[in-house]
Amino acid sequence: MKTLGWPLPPGPSPSWMPLNGAAHGFALDHLMRWNLAALAACLLLAHGLLAVVMLRRPATSAGSRLPRVWIVQALPILLFSVMYLSMAVTAQRLWAANRFEGAAPQSMQVEVTGRQFQWYFRYPGADATFGGIRPELIEPANGNPLGLIAEDQYGRDDIVSSELVLPINREVDLTLRAQDVIHGLFIPAMRLKQNAVPGQVIHIHFTPVATGVYPVLCSQVCGLGHARMQARLRVVSLADFQTWLASKASR
Amino acid sequence: MPATFTRTTAPEIERKDPGFGGRPPVDKRPTGGGGGDENWDHHRHGRGGPRELITRYRLALLFGLSGDLMFFIALVSVFFARQGTGHIDAHNDYVLDWRPIYIPSILFINTAIMLVSSLTMEIARQQLFRETDVMDEWLGLGRPMSRRATPWLIATIVLGLLFLGGQWIAWEQLSEAGVFFSGNPASHFFYLITGTHGAHLVLGLLALLGAIWGLFALKKVEFRQILVDCTAWYWHSMGLFWFFLFGLLLFCQ
Amino acid sequence: MNTKQAAASRPSLGRWLASNVFTTDHRAVGILYLVLVGVAVTIGVMLSLVMRIHLAWPGFTVPGRGVIKPEDYLALVTMHGTLMIFFVLTIGPQNAFPSLILPAQIGARRMAFPALNAAGFWLSAVALVVLLLAFVVPMGAPISGWTSYPPLSAIAAAGPGQGLGMDCWLVSLAIFALGQIVSAVNTLASILDTRVHGLTLGRMPLTVWSWLVSSILVLLAFSVLLAALILLFCDRHLATSFFVPLGDAVNGTITRHGDGSPLLWLHLFWFFGHPEVYIAILPGMGLASSLFANFSRRPVVGYKLMAAMTVAIGLLGFLVWGHHMFVSGMNPYAGTAFGLTTMAIAIPSTIEVLSWLGTLWAGSKRKGGLILQTPMLFALGFLSFFIAGGLTGPILAQPALDVYLHNTFFVVAHFHLIMAMAGAFSLFAGIYYWFPLLTGRLLNETLGRLHFWFTVIGAYGTFLPMHLQGLAGKPRHYSDFTGLASNLLPNFLPSERGVTYSALLLVFSQSFFLWNLLHSTLRGRLAEQNPWKATTLEWQPQSTLEMVDHGPYEYRNRASANESEDDFIPQWADGIDQE
Ligand code: HEA
Ligand code: HEA
Ligand code: CUA
Ligand SMILES: [Cu+2]
Repeated sequence: MKTLGWPLPPGPSPSWMPLNGAAHGFALDHLMRWNLAALAACLLLAHGLLAVVMLRRPATSAGSRLPRVWIVQALPILLFSVMYLSMAVTAQRLWAANRFEGAAPQSMQVEVTGRQFQWYFRYPGADATFGGIRPELIEPANGNPLGLIAEDQYGRDDIVSSELVLPINREVDLTLRAQDVIHGLFIPAMRLKQNAVPGQVIHIHFTPVATGVYPVLCSQVCGLGHARMQARLRVVSLADFQTWLASKASR
Repeated sequence: MPATFTRTTAPEIERKDPGFGGRPPVDKRPTGGGGGDENWDHHRHGRGGPRELITRYRLALLFGLSGDLMFFIALVSVFFARQGTGHIDAHNDYVLDWRPIYIPSILFINTAIMLVSSLTMEIARQQLFRETDVMDEWLGLGRPMSRRATPWLIATIVLGLLFLGGQWIAWEQLSEAGVFFSGNPASHFFYLITGTHGAHLVLGLLALLGAIWGLFALKKVEFRQILVDCTAWYWHSMGLFWFFLFGLLLFCQ
Repeated sequence: MNTKQAAASRPSLGRWLASNVFTTDHRAVGILYLVLVGVAVTIGVMLSLVMRIHLAWPGFTVPGRGVIKPEDYLALVTMHGTLMIFFVLTIGPQNAFPSLILPAQIGARRMAFPALNAAGFWLSAVALVVLLLAFVVPMGAPISGWTSYPPLSAIAAAGPGQGLGMDCWLVSLAIFALGQIVSAVNTLASILDTRVHGLTLGRMPLTVWSWLVSSILVLLAFSVLLAALILLFCDRHLATSFFVPLGDAVNGTITRHGDGSPLLWLHLFWFFGHPEVYIAILPGMGLASSLFANFSRRPVVGYKLMAAMTVAIGLLGFLVWGHHMFVSGMNPYAGTAFGLTTMAIAIPSTIEVLSWLGTLWAGSKRKGGLILQTPMLFALGFLSFFIAGGLTGPILAQPALDVYLHNTFFVVAHFHLIMAMAGAFSLFAGIYYWFPLLTGRLLNETLGRLHFWFTVIGAYGTFLPMHLQGLAGKPRHYSDFTGLASNLLPNFLPSERGVTYSALLLVFSQSFFLWNLLHSTLRGRLAEQNPWKATTLEWQPQSTLEMVDHGPYEYRNRASANESEDDFIPQWADGIDQE
C-alpha cells in the first residue's frame, strides 16, 4: 500500500480502530499508528523526566547552574519542529490526495441526505442522473422523503434507500445534503467523515475494498435523535450489487 | 477590608493572628506606577498630577473601543461573506438573494451632521485644556472652563439627537418603501448596522449628559477634564465608525 | 486594622454586605468570583456525574427526574460544557485570580477601575442565573452543545430546549461577553498603568504577562462572539437569514427564504472559540512558570523567551480557528492552511514545556531536590496534563487524521486533559499557593497530598481510556448505542463503566479539598509572612513599596552551603543585586 512518503515501515492499523475497509484507509491508519506511537513516546519520555526531577534528592547542590536557554531549547525544538513538520507534510499529502480533487468521472454516484434523524441514500438509476428536488415536496409520510419532483424525467428511475449498498472496488462519489440541520456522515470503517450542511452540496469520494456490513453514524449533534441516526453500509460484490439494484428498481 | 466570613479563634501560638484576610488595609490614594525603570528622570513626576489619571482613562477607552471595533469588524465580515452566499436554483444557476437596497439620501445629511457634531465636541474638549482656565478653576476662581465647554456640549447633544432623528427618518422612508429588517440580507445589514451604531450613539448622548452634569458636580478639576475628554474621544470614534459603515452601505452593497 | 476590628465587633448584616458583597474592593470581588466559580463548578460536576452514570448504566433513574431521555442527555452535555468553559475556566483564571492577586503582584493598591471590576462580576453573576434558568423554562435546557451550531440553534422547532432554553443560553452568553469585555478593559489598564515604579515590562511576573495577553484575547474574541450572538438572535426572532439557508425544512416545515449559511456561524464561533480555550489556559501557564521557579528555587529558564512565547500563542491563537472545521464543509485548501498554522502554534507551547522542564531539572540538582509542597504538586500535575492533552493536539491538527477523529471521544479526551484537568489543576495550584493571602492560614499539606494523588489517578483513569473509545469510533453526544447499526459497533459498555468508576473516584477525591478548605480556613496553621519564600510582590510584608529594583525570579545559584536562608531576592528588596 502506498504510504505517502512516511519514512517508517508500514504496519497494522492501531488495534483499537475498527477494521479498515477503504482504499485510502491504509495510508490513514499507517499515519495514525506512527503519530500515536511518536506522541506516546514523547508522553512517556516527558513523564520519565518528571519522575526523575520529582524523585531526585541530591545531598549537596551539584553546582547547579541554570541551564542555558538555548541548550534546553535549541536542539529539542529543532527535533520537535522536524517532527511537527513531517507530520504536517505527510498528513497534508494524504489530505490532498483524498480531498483536493473530486471523484473520477466514471465513479459511482450516490446522494446522501441527512434529515432528523435518518440517512437517505439515492441512486440515480439507469440514466445516471439525479432528478431534481424541492423542499416544498418533502413528505416522508407519502413516500417522498427527499422532495423528489414527480414530473422530472430524470427522477423517475431514482432509487431511494435507507441502506447504503456499494459494490466492492469501485470508487463512489457521495453527494451530501441535509434538509434541516447539520448532520455528520461518519463511516468509521471507511475512515470517512464529512458534515452534511443544509444549503450546501458537498462531495466526497472513497473506494470500498472489503465486503462486509458496516455502521454509518451521525457525528454532529443534530437533535434528540442524534445517537439513533444510524444506517448500515453493505459492501458487496458487483453481481450482488446489481441484483440488489434491480430488485430496488422493480419496486 | 473584605473577606471576613468568620472571626478566627484566638491563635494558640504567639504569632499575631492575621485574621481572616489579614492584609494591610486598603489605601484609597490613587496608585502610582507606569512601570518605568529605575531612572527617576524617566518618570512622570508627582502623584495625581492633572495629566496622570487622564492617560489611564484614555487607555481604558482605547481598549474598550478596540473591542468595539472588533465587534463591527465581525459584522462587516459577515456582511461580505453573506453577500457571496446563494443557492442553486431549478435551472441549475447559482443565484444570490442579495438585493442591494436604496440608501435614503437623508443619510448624507446625517453624515454631515455627524461631522459637525465631532467638530463641536472637539471644541468643547479643547475648552478643558486651556491652561489659564484650568488654573482658575483649580484655584476655585469660578468655572471658566466649564462655562465655556457647556454650550458646545449642548450643541453636540442637539446634533447627536438630530443625527438619530435623521436615522429614524431614514428607517421610516425605507419601511414605507417596503424595505424591512427581515426583507433580504442587504436590508438586514442596513438595519443592523444603523441600529447598533445608533445604540452606541445613545450611549454617547448619555455620556454627554453625564459630562454636563459632571462639569458642575464633580469636585476635582481632573475628573471634569477626564469626563469630557473621554466622551469626546468616544464620540469621535463613533463618527469615524459611522464614516466607514456608511461607506460600506453606500459602495459595497 | 483597628477600625476594622472595631467594625467587626459590632456585627451587622448591612455592614457585612457593604464590605464583602456590594463593594468594589478587588479582593472582596475576587472572593465573590471564587464563590461564583464554586457554584458553577459544583453544578457542572454534578451534571457530568449524571452523564457518566447514564452512559454506564443507561437504565439508571435519577431521583425525581426519572430515566435520562436522549434530549436530557444532550441538555446535560450542553449545560456542562457551557458552565465549565465559561463560568469555571474563564472566570477562575481570568477574573478571580487577577482580582485577588494582580494589584498586589504589580505593587498597586487598587485596580485601575475597581468599579469596572465589580461590574464585571455582577454581569457574570446575572449571566449565570440566566443560564441556569434554562433548566426550569418549559422544554428545558438547550441541546445543541456548547458550540450551538445553527440551524439547530436557530430554529425553535428543531428540538426540545431549542426554544426558551436556547434563548436563555444566548442571553446569558451575551451578558457574559459584556462582563468579560468590561473586566478585560480594567485588567489591561491596571497592568499597563498601575504598576509600581521600576516594575518594567521585563520585570513583570509571567502570571502578569499571561493576564495581559489573555485579556487582549478576551477583548478581541468576546466582541466577535457578541456580534455572532446578536446575529443568531435576529435569526431566531427577527426572521433574518444569516445562518439559515433557503428552503430549510425542519419537520417538513419550510422555515426560511434567504440564503443564510450555517458555516458563517462556525467561522464566527470558532474565531472566538479557539482564543477562548487559550484564555482558559494562559493564566495557568503563567502561574506554573512562577511556581516552578519558586519551588525549585531557580529562575525561570529563558524568562524573556517565555514572555515572548505567551505573546506568540496569543497571536497565533487567532489564526487557527479552522482546525475545528476540517470536515464541516469548508474548502479543503483552507483545511491545509489551518492544519499548518495549528502545527505552528504547537511550537511555542512546546518551548514553554521545555523551559519548565529545564527549570525543574536545575532545581532537582539542588541540595534536597525540588520542594514538593502542595502548590508545586498541583503545578506539576498541570504540567503532566498539559503534556498529555497537548500531545494529541498535533494529531488532531492533521486534517487527514481529524477526518477520523473529529467529534469522537478522542477529542473529548484531548480537551478534558489539556483544558479541564490542566485548567482545574492550575486553579487548585493557585488556591493552595495563595490561600495564605486570603486567610492568613495555610492549607493542610497531608490533605493536599491526598487530594493531589487521588485526583491525578482519577483524572487519568477517566480521560485516558476515552482516547481508545474515540479510536474505536465512539462519537460525542451519544446518549446510548441503540440504533440500526448498534449491533455492528463494539460494545462500549464495559469501558464506559471503567470510565465512570474513575470519574466517581475523581469527583469524590474533591472531598479532601473541600474538607481542607473548611478545616484550614477555621483552624489551619497560621502562615508566616512569606510562607513559600516567594519573590513576587504579592508576598511583600508592607504595602509601602516605592520602587522595584529586581526581576521577578531572582534565585541565587550558589553552589554550596547555606542555601536555606536567603537564596532569593524578593522583588521588594532594596537596591541593586549584590552579586
Ligand atoms: C473546564 C472544563 C470542563 C471540566 C472541568 C469538565 C469536567 C468533566 N467532564 Fe466535561 N466537558 C467539557 C468541559 C469540561 N468538563 C466540555 C466543553 C464538553 C463538551 C460539551 C459539548 O459538547 O457541548 C464536555 C463534555 C463532556 C463529556 C462528553 C459528553 C458527550 O459528548 O457525550 C463527558 C463524558 O464523559 C464529560 C465528562 C466530564 C467529567 C466526568 C468531568 C469531571 O467531573 C471531572 C471532575 C473534575 C473535578 C471534580 C475538578 C473540577 C475543579 C475545577 C474545575 C476547579 C475548581 C475551582 C476552584 C475550587 C476555584 N464532559
Ligand atoms: C485549554 C484548552 C486547549 C488547549 C491549550 C488546546 C491546545 C491545542 N489544541 Fe485543542 N481543543 C480544546 C481545548 C484546547 N486545546 C477544546 C475545548 C476542543 C474541542 C472543542 C469542541 O469541539 O467542543 C479542542 C479541539 C481541538 C481540535 C479540533 C478537534 C476536532 O474537533 O476534530 C484540534 C485540531 O487541530 C486541536 C488542536 C490543538 C493543538 C494543536 C493544541 C496545542 O496548542 C497543544 C500544544 C501542546 C503541546 C504540543 C504539548 C507540548 C509538550 C511536549 C511536546 C512534550 C515535550 C517534552 C518531552 C518529550 C521531553 N484542539
Ligand atoms: Cu444527525 Cu446527528
Ligand atoms: Cu482550537
